[in-house]
Amino acid sequence: MAEENNRLVTCCPQDVLKKVCPDAKVEGMDADGNMVTGAAAETVWLVPCDEIESISQVLKEKAGMDFLRDLMGTDEGEGRTGVYYFMERTSDGVNIILKAVAQEWMPSVTAVWQAALLKEREVYDFFGLKFLNHPDMRRLFLREDWHGWPLRKDYIPDERDDAPGNEKNTDVTVCFRKKPNGDVEAEHNVLFEDGDFVVNIGPQHPSTHGVLRMRTAIEGETVKKVDPILGYIHRGIEKLSEKRDYRQALAMTDRLDYLSAHHNRHALCLCVEKAAGIEVPERAQCIRTMMDELQRINSHLLFYSCLAMDMGALTPFFYGFREREMILEILEETTGGRLIQNYYKYGGVQADIQPDFLEKVRAFTKRMRDVIKDYDNILTKNVIAQNRLMSVGFLSKEDAISIGTTGGTGRATGWANDVRKRHPYAWYDRVDFKEVVYSHGDSFDRYKVRMDEILVSCDILDQLADMMPEGAFCAKTPAIIKLPAGVYTAAVEASRGEFGVCIVSDGGKSPVRIHFRSTGLPLVQAMDTVCRGGKIADLVAIGGTLDFVIPDIDR
Amino acid sequence: MDWMTDYYSVAPLLSKVHETLRTAMGEKATLALEGVALVIGLILVYAVLAIVLIYMERRVCAAFQCRIGPNRVGGKGGLLQVPADVVKILTKEIIRLNRADHLLYELAPFFVIAGSFISFACLPWHKGAPLLDYEVGIMLVLAASGLGVLGILMAGWSSNSKYAVIGAMRSGAMMISYELSMGIVVIAVVALSGTMSISGIVESQEHLWNLFRGHILTVIAFFIYLISGNAEANRGPFDLAEAEQELTAGYHTEYSGMHFGFFYLAEYLNLFITAGISTTLFLGGWMPLHIPGLESLNMVLDAIPGVIWFVGKTFAVVFLLMWIRWSFPRLRIDQVQTLEWKYLMPLSLVLMMATVVCKVYGWVF
Repeated sequence: MAEENNRLVTCCPQDVLKKVCPDAKVEGMDADGNMVTGAAAETVWLVPCDEIESISQVLKEKAGMDFLRDLMGTDEGEGRTGVYYFMERTSDGVNIILKAVAQEWMPSVTAVWQAALLKEREVYDFFGLKFLNHPDMRRLFLREDWHGWPLRKDYIPDERDDAPGNEKNTDVTVCFRKKPNGDVEAEHNVLFEDGDFVVNIGPQHPSTHGVLRMRTAIEGETVKKVDPILGYIHRGIEKLSEKRDYRQALAMTDRLDYLSAHHNRHALCLCVEKAAGIEVPERAQCIRTMMDELQRINSHLLFYSCLAMDMGALTPFFYGFREREMILEILEETTGGRLIQNYYKYGGVQADIQPDFLEKVRAFTKRMRDVIKDYDNILTKNVIAQNRLMSVGFLSKEDAISIGTTGGTGRATGWANDVRKRHPYAWYDRVDFKEVVYSHGDSFDRYKVRMDEILVSCDILDQLADMMPEGAFCAKTPAIIKLPAGVYTAAVEASRGEFGVCIVSDGGKSPVRIHFRSTGLPLVQAMDTVCRGGKIADLVAIGGTLDFVIPDIDR
Repeated sequence: MDWMTDYYSVAPLLSKVHETLRTAMGEKATLALEGVALVIGLILVYAVLAIVLIYMERRVCAAFQCRIGPNRVGGKGGLLQVPADVVKILTKEIIRLNRADHLLYELAPFFVIAGSFISFACLPWHKGAPLLDYEVGIMLVLAASGLGVLGILMAGWSSNSKYAVIGAMRSGAMMISYELSMGIVVIAVVALSGTMSISGIVESQEHLWNLFRGHILTVIAFFIYLISGNAEANRGPFDLAEAEQELTAGYHTEYSGMHFGFFYLAEYLNLFITAGISTTLFLGGWMPLHIPGLESLNMVLDAIPGVIWFVGKTFAVVFLLMWIRWSFPRLRIDQVQTLEWKYLMPLSLVLMMATVVCKVYGWVF
């Protein structure tokens, strides 16, 4: 096994790709072999759409690309749709980006990575591209009776006379299969049988942490199947960003996952700064790193509070909020915001930190270390809480990687996936911190990962508070930022996983396509895997430990 | 001694009132009038107690949660907050559901409230003031609490809502299970006291409360009773019937206005009844604390009226139950059943046998 791992680490995915698919070529190369894309642009390998499934399979098996970071659709004009596959090897973080363009049908890669299950549905929902062999070809965010494909460039919002009524959800979905003679036939997949007792948990429900709806088939108290229905807070942020310049697009990132507002914004800033070649001053880097960590503690405290409440313990809820208030005050003094902060901007941050910011942060970390003992006494050590969390809601490491549940959920399974360690950004390579990894993958480990990360973040904050350099907090940037043509990506470790940004630019002042890797989408997908066979009460507690935030999923 | 204990007895006053009325109105009319007066009085006490308990719960849980609690309505202490809420809930619309089973739906809150009201009437408030005092009084209390289960099942079934059905089924399964250990523990106490009548049980504790009479046995029995009573009252950590985070409101999801108010009222009174019955069984009801050998102290304690003893002890137990509720997470349905069938019931059976053996051989105090 170790030998095989070594072999995987050393082999280069590009070589494997060229071997399996000699037709693969790098996108954006002119006839002379020169790149027409920007210097920082990613290398995108164009592959024939018919072969994508077999190529993916080979890349996963031979090159160890076991983690599908993201899957993004683009409008390629003339009714064609491009699909980008962002793959990563979890053992050493080597990446490769594949792209395939198809007119109507694209083979699905769900058999290779489970993560594609929802992400291909998203592409279908937005671009109308149907995936062959995908077991569940339904729309993901929009209503089932929606007309048109909204992220296509030629989409005109449908002006129907009849106002949409009650949405009917189908119990049977289609799966398209290609017959040997080339025809495509639709197979029916039954989601819920007639006799199933299907309970709607959500969209208005106290413990779905937002407007998520889970159609849940139960038998007695036992959960048989969970089918998440998304899109109740879909605002089309990706589409909106295409009509705005980069500065304006920045304003919407805070509204994605409002508990990772700084992280989301950080990712977009990183991506645009990398593409446009903007140097960020040292002080701004340090401020950003500190703000990110404050935001992470803020989110984890809310996680603690809400998990306790999900399990019916209301008192810990207020403990968490008490300390969270301290963070919000620190953030508010500097940024002016408590939830939506609009603080980072291209080239640095909006304003310098308050004079007593560092002192207050030190005071906070000291108090947090003291008070976390109370947290443990009232919840972690409580026998009922332990019984509710331990040995409940198992997620295996293989499933976690395949579904792509990054963040604390993935780390609880033993998968070290912290972007701060994998692809360090800002000042994370200058501070000394431990990546918290547990191995059981049950609810209790997911809970412990977050609780330990609070302390790790306190350590990072203390180190940074001593390192804060003097100097400018923002670099000078042009009034209108234009990115050279090409595909640019950046990722940060948000509160609940890897938050990624992908920008496709044609050299203009607004993106052709901007895509955010949702941290919560894989988590919601994991609900079905994790909850099956558990009790209804487990479903709620598991939802709490997976810790998803809906605006980030629906975008 | 006797004159001291009887000093606060209301029996002479009551019989005097009864005599006066009888000579004025005749036997039948007197009984009818007394009955009506009693019921009205009880309803008033019931309602006032509910308000007091809700206010207490809000203040107590606020204290546990680093909050202040209601403090605006009605001056500094927020004393009028709960009465204002009561007025609000009385004026709210009772929504008529489209496809509910209306007869059961509208009957259910009354079953619940009737069950708790009958149990309430059995409480021994004061010496010589038993309201419902049969030879098998304690069995009546257990039977009446069964009425509440029926009401909850009816509510869940008739609401035509999936959440309500799940909540009602949980509640039914849980309450019926916990009635077992509760009943067995009660039998142990009955064996110890030698009677099933509530006044008899109280009087048997004249020398020493039951809690201290059976070595460690009755202490364990007391806690088993509290756990089962808490489950009977559907309160945390056993509140899975209405588990807000799972079932929005469980069996009363579809109820509004005063129909919901009845469930709410019954929940708090059931808390009081659980505390009151455990006070009766283990802490001597209205009986003041008597420590054998310290006669002078006992005489001082006797100077405090029985009703104060009863209410004081009951509220102490209520506080204990609230403390538990606001500290623990909720159990899961299978854990609830495991706790009852694998631990509490066998334990209470052993306990009952041991108590009976102790009683027979005179090993109790």
